[in-house]
Amino acid sequence: MTSITKPKVAHPSLPRNDLGLTRRDYEGSMSTLCAGCGHDSVTAAIVEAVWGLSMRPQDLVKLSGIGCSSKTTAYFVGAAHGFNSVHGRMPSVASGANAANRTLKYIGISGDGDSLSIGLGQLSHAIRRNLDMLYVIENNGVYGLTKGQFSASADLGTKSKKGEANLQTAIDPVLLALTLGAGFVARGFSGDKAQLIPLIQAGLRHPGFAIIDVLSPCVTFNDHEGSTKSYQYTRDHYHAAVETDFVPRATAIEVNYEASAVVPLHDGSQLRLRKLDGAFDTSNRAAAYAHIAAKLQEGEHVTGLIHASAAGEHEMHTQNHTVTTALNALPYAELNPGQAALSKLMARYC
Amino acid sequence: MDPTDIGQPDYFHRVVDCQWACPAHTDVPEYIRLIAQGRFTDAYLVNRESNVFPGILGRVCDRPCEPACRRGRVEEKPVAICRLKRVAADHRDDIRDILPTAGAPNGRRVACIGAGPASLTVANDLLPLGYAVTIFEQWAVTGGLMRSNIPSFRLPAAVLDEEIGFIVEMGADLRLGTRVDSLQALIDEGYDAIFIGSGAPRAKDLRIAGRDDSNRIHSGIDWLQSIAFGHTEAIGERVLIIGVGNTAMDCCRSALRLGAKDVKVMARKPRQFFKASQWELEDAESEGVQIVINHAPKSFVIENGQLVGMLFEEIEYDLDGTRIISERVIGEKVIPCDDVILAIGQENLFPYVERNLGIEFDRWNVPVVDAKSFESTRPGVFFGGDAAFGPKNIIWAVEHGHQAALSIHLRAQNKTVADRPARGVTLSSRKMGIHEWSYKNDYNPSERRLVPHVGLAERFKKLKIEVELGFDAEQTALEVQRCLNCDVQTVFSAPACIECDACIDICPVDCLTITPNGTAEELESRTKVPRLDKTSPLYVSAPLKPTGRVMLKDEDLCVHCGLCAERCPTAAWDMQKSTIHIPHASLGQAS
Repeated sequence: MTSITKPKVAHPSLPRNDLGLTRRDYEGSMSTLCAGCGHDSVTAAIVEAVWGLSMRPQDLVKLSGIGCSSKTTAYFVGAAHGFNSVHGRMPSVASGANAANRTLKYIGISGDGDSLSIGLGQLSHAIRRNLDMLYVIENNGVYGLTKGQFSASADLGTKSKKGEANLQTAIDPVLLALTLGAGFVARGFSGDKAQLIPLIQAGLRHPGFAIIDVLSPCVTFNDHEGSTKSYQYTRDHYHAAVETDFVPRATAIEVNYEASAVVPLHDGSQLRLRKLDGAFDTSNRAAAYAHIAAKLQEGEHVTGLIHASAAGEHEMHTQNHTVTTALNALPYAELNPGQAALSKLMARYC
Repeated sequence: MDPTDIGQPDYFHRVVDCQWACPAHTDVPEYIRLIAQGRFTDAYLVNRESNVFPGILGRVCDRPCEPACRRGRVEEKPVAICRLKRVAADHRDDIRDILPTAGAPNGRRVACIGAGPASLTVANDLLPLGYAVTIFEQWAVTGGLMRSNIPSFRLPAAVLDEEIGFIVEMGADLRLGTRVDSLQALIDEGYDAIFIGSGAPRAKDLRIAGRDDSNRIHSGIDWLQSIAFGHTEAIGERVLIIGVGNTAMDCCRSALRLGAKDVKVMARKPRQFFKASQWELEDAESEGVQIVINHAPKSFVIENGQLVGMLFEEIEYDLDGTRIISERVIGEKVIPCDDVILAIGQENLFPYVERNLGIEFDRWNVPVVDAKSFESTRPGVFFGGDAAFGPKNIIWAVEHGHQAALSIHLRAQNKTVADRPARGVTLSSRKMGIHEWSYKNDYNPSERRLVPHVGLAERFKKLKIEVELGFDAEQTALEVQRCLNCDVQTVFSAPACIECDACIDICPVDCLTITPNGTAEELESRTKVPRLDKTSPLYVSAPLKPTGRVMLKDEDLCVHCGLCAERCPTAAWDMQKSTIHIPHASLGQAS
């Protein structure tokens, strides 16, 4: 654990966002994770992403369960709301919070243990519910807090720090999410912020459940030769599916072009488009699934935006026909229809 | 770009901004850490090695280190380096027993002309090596302009006496009241080397109407000297000072102490063109001196043989930032006064140097001196201090003295003066454990401490009351922590890096980037935050193993907190103290 705190001084020419805040204003407390932990890079990417969206810190809710990954909510956007819940139960708490106040943005940080072992059921149902949140799995293939046992995402045959091979097959959160019908599925790598930051920004803006599986090496227990989740292995088997960038939702700009085009954007800038041969189709879930599964067979982690559905279909609030205002903003008389209404409701069950 | 060669002595030297800016290259962060540990004597000795007069310079140095200080780039104000130097000098123990002593005589004789800081430094460096050093001084006291031109309310005589005494007592043959009238005669005495450190003792004059018609028009440095020597004890009530350099500041404050009530410093140009140091301006203004800008002297107003005032032209300037585009006279004004003191500069003067000795003078009658060896065009004759290149300040004179002494020592060994020993750098890790460093790297956000002064009424009671009091214990304890330890360097080992980004994420001032290698121009444009000062050092690593990219560090704003090293899982970053070795005569290669 670091012995000194990060000085408050900053680079004088640090850029400011629309709210006049610098990236430093979106930091949290000092990380107590191991030096070199991938999770700290994910934290830095979240800070950059939230700053870049000019979000007000108080409009963000950070949620987590238990584990090294779940500690990281303390390390970004110190002024946001936060809830550090029971192991694997973060999706339930997120569902409740979102039901009560849908005007806030929810970001859940979990790990492979918290999401794929103890919390697998919770995660699955959050996807089915199409809960409007960004769900980040900081995936390192080991239980770091308990000294490096294989987790449910450890690949078959990967070696532990002591050299034993893993005999069980892995649960791939991306394939899982695709199977369950998640509307926004992506994979990133803690060591590639250029890709990860736009993914986080897009995930935060996606209406409905967005999941990003971030390969985030455990520098202490899973960064050795023979591991399939080390920094070196990840870099050696890294295959970016699509170049990612995030463009906020706005009126559609339509463009028809053969090979390339220059498109004027809302902010006055120009977008130069060039079609890739055999461009990866992120809207086709079945194709995405087949591609990821095939690449996994070849030992490659495909990263980038893997699948994004038409926005917001069957999102939780749509399914349940809930009101558009946050519950704490509803007048009491509307929020609580009174004894008569309750009696009427109860009568249906008599 | 090729990887940065950190073994090149100037690389990390430039990162230690204060030390780089100091003409004598005082190891500032090192002595500040020693003060922090209460080791005042050691702090004093670190100072003395490079600047020879810590007690004197801790009061009156021109402080080129402070505008350079890194703290002034991340915060408003730099570390009060000069005041801390004084703390070391004021609180040290008696050091006579541990100072160098004269070496066994080596048979060489050196003559120094003038007993100012340059000559004294030559003596300080050569006496321990066994040279016989004779110092000729025309006045009855040592110190040169340090004593005659700096008022005692800024620099008490006791401080001068003690620090000059350290050198003279080593065994210099000090001949006070002995003026050199002929350099030829001195050369004929057979010295192995002659060092001319006779200063810049002639004031520039203002030749305008009425200049010779009153005895109430004084030359600043001569007037200050006559106060220092006790010849002048009073002045009129209304005094005008012409010029706005540091001598002008000493003149106006001295005038207040001799009874003047209304003192005006008359400046030709606007404030940003003032030559005086900011703190000297502040001190003068706090004592009630009025500084009048945009007034150019036109004539002295003499009535019935008496000076009654001065006529000025009022000038209006068109400015483009710090440049004057045009100026015009917009009026004239008489300002009444009883005395005028001229402080518009000074120049060196060599009436005793015959012009047939092979010592070349340029068309301004200034000797031609080599800027590195300080040798004149006659081998064996050296110039230093204000005598060499005109008025600078004490710390420059000291460095000239060091370099001239080294040249003299090289000549004595039949080497050429151009064959100077190289500077060096050594690096040693400050890591003591996983999260333990042998320096305090926690950033202290305290603001610069203000030095206490004697009260405004009290200080005028006597001429010699020292105005600045020096920091007290509590102020010292806080001010030392403002130092960022810029000499504890971030040293990077490329083969160890796994590119986890931990250092980049934690750096509070965003000075690190991992990027594909490229030309200098490309790398300049790829720093995480745009570079503010493109002349500041850029640290480029060897290619990193995982991706072949390079680690890039903009040294400009690094606060040396060590978080990069602390958060590095493979110790690719380490914090290492850089010690810069500046060759001196005394030890061949003293640090």
